[in-house]
Amino acid sequence: MERKKVSSQGLKIIVCIKQVPAVPDVRIDPVTNTLIREGVPSILNPWDVIGVEEGIRLRERYGGEVTVITMGPLQAKEAVIGALAMGADRGIILSDLTFAGADTIATAHTLLAQIKKMWYDIIICGKLSIDSETGHLGPHLAELLDIPQICYVKKVDVDMIERKVIAQKEADDGIEVVEAPLPVLITTTNSLNEPRLPTLREAVNARRKKIEVVTASELGGDLSKYGLKGSPTFVDKLFRPPARRPEMLLQGDPKEAVEILVQALLNRNIVNVRSRE
Amino acid sequence: MVSKTEIGGAEESASYKGVWVFAEQKDGNLRGVGLELLGVGRRLADRLGEELVAVLLGCGIEELAKDLVAYGADKIILAEHELLGRYTTETYMNVLAELVYKYKPSVLLMGGTLNGRELAPRLAARLSTGITADCTDFDIDKDGHLLQIKPFSKLMAKIKCRTKPQMATAKPNAFKRLKPDWSRKATVIREEVKVSPNETRTRVIEVVKTTNSIYGNVEEADAIVAGGRGLGSKENFKLIHDLADLLGATVAGTRSVVDRGWLPASQQVGQSGKMVTPRLYIAVGISGATYHTVGMQKSEVIVAINKDVKAPIFQIATYGIVGDLFEILPIFMDRLKKEYQEGVDIEQPSEQKPSNPY
Ligand SMILES: Cc1cc2nc3c(=O)[nH]c(=O)nc-3n(C[C@H](O)[C@H](O)[C@H](O)COP(=O)(O)OP(=O)(O)OC[C@H]3O[C@@H](n4cnc5c(N)ncnc54)[C@H](O)[C@@H]3O)c2cc1C
Repeated sequence: MERKKVSSQGLKIIVCIKQVPAVPDVRIDPVTNTLIREGVPSILNPWDVIGVEEGIRLRERYGGEVTVITMGPLQAKEAVIGALAMGADRGIILSDLTFAGADTIATAHTLLAQIKKMWYDIIICGKLSIDSETGHLGPHLAELLDIPQICYVKKVDVDMIERKVIAQKEADDGIEVVEAPLPVLITTTNSLNEPRLPTLREAVNARRKKIEVVTASELGGDLSKYGLKGSPTFVDKLFRPPARRPEMLLQGDPKEAVEILVQALLNRNIVNVRSRE
Repeated sequence: MVSKTEIGGAEESASYKGVWVFAEQKDGNLRGVGLELLGVGRRLADRLGEELVAVLLGCGIEELAKDLVAYGADKIILAEHELLGRYTTETYMNVLAELVYKYKPSVLLMGGTLNGRELAPRLAARLSTGITADCTDFDIDKDGHLLQIKPFSKLMAKIKCRTKPQMATAKPNAFKRLKPDWSRKATVIREEVKVSPNETRTRVIEVVKTTNSIYGNVEEADAIVAGGRGLGSKENFKLIHDLADLLGATVAGTRSVVDRGWLPASQQVGQSGKMVTPRLYIAVGISGATYHTVGMQKSEVIVAINKDVKAPIFQIATYGIVGDLFEILPIFMDRLKKEYQEGVDIEQPSEQKPSNPY
């Protein structure tokens, strides 16, 4: 896409968001080997909340528009409403049975088909989603769009004249300051910002906003890359984690229990273990 | 540059051979996770009857190849260039992608370091293949497919990938390295890579090195005291620090504890935290969710203190005490103090011992 050097419209920001179960230990459907999300209370993935907040802050500083996009069942509308209540301008939900059962690659292809139709300067993804914790989506999407990525961002500024971002990011040995030309994809960390809580009024108003629902046929693109069928990875089998053989389970008088434990540890010569240098 | 290709039918797929391990280095030092992956990679390659290949990228790092051979590699692919000196995602990805197109490995394993977590998924998208994050075990099925094993809710999942290379990441400490055998021989293939500065659109302007936190590194600790939600509050969590101080142990916790801000994320143990293998792991007020236990079950001795006799942690604990932690911990600490005062072969606490932040 050809872009003007200096845009008078500020930044076009897209935030990818996901609805996730509010409880960590969700049950598994024994037939399909997928998580049973029905009837489980859901929230907007906390790392994405930070992403929405950063999108809004960037718009407040540089002008422009924030669009949130999610792929998921229709109930994921709640996540979009949450983002609109915070102040996002536009909400899109990609929802179709064809998209179900997608792994990270198939999800990235689905989002890609939508994003390719839009203008974007900055795409924000959460560091990871708390229901699967892979953190793959951002890098997948950046590669499919052929744009630079900056993951684990702690602070981000935009040079509107040069059309580039300058960001601080976490690195294995500290913090790196990096710059990249727009358009760019960034992923969040929790030191990026402190997300706002929408007021009751904002929450109510958000429910009145229109949310664009996009089905597979409306989305177009290569349908064979979506959903379970388009996913290169799949769960083949599930099994119980192997148990170790417990040596003793102590119940009853705490003093006695502690004494037995300490003796056992002393016998194994293990209570005087100190941290490795 | 080779165009992006997709793997066609079974015949094409069968032409992919060999187990590759990306041996990440930083400032000329190999990262431990690469050597650990060579350990499990050796087992996979032997099962497949194929080669184990270590891929080494950097600048002036040739002598690291010796270590990779000693730790199990049959072959080293070495690419050196000044632009590979410090890691950047796009340049590293471009070079690795070219190598994969050229040699077509069947399996590609990468360490789940911060860099690895940026690089591996981007490379997978480039190669149009699948990738599984943070595997805790691997195996080969009867058809020669890689089984990528990791926790899935309360169970463990065996995940397969329909495309090749079959890519996966694993965290540091998830696997054991082999005993180094310095007499092993291997071929080193030098790859001439063409890299241009324009390839990387992200430019590093500055690096601010930070020192380790006062908490100490759980990945290297010999003894760990870990607390869970059962502690009830950040104030109560002091008990965990006190016990750890007494034992010269490092403090850790569950995701619940990190989510509540009782500990920094650096101390989280489990699927989305660190993998630890201390001699002693004391789990206090921790239920023992699979996502937590995959990170600590390889500890030599596990002690669990929990008031719920049905808590799954007791299934993997070497020694379990059923009871109220607020009652047990003070007794345990008093008893340990007594032991230490009697002074039987107790080492002095090390200088680098993490200080109690309270
Ligand atoms: C994708 C994903 C990744 C995850 N990754 C991780 C991870 O890396 N690490 C991790 O730890 N978790 C992880 N989790 C979360 C995990 O599933 C559990 O929710 C979490 O480990 C539970 O933490 P906990 O044991 O502290 O809390 P709980 O499960 O609430 O357990 C608290 C325990 O304390 C006991 N207790 C309470 N009061 C007392 C008392 N007075 N005396 C003694 N015992 C008491 C209770 O009996 C209970 O067993 C992940 C979840 C998901 C979905």
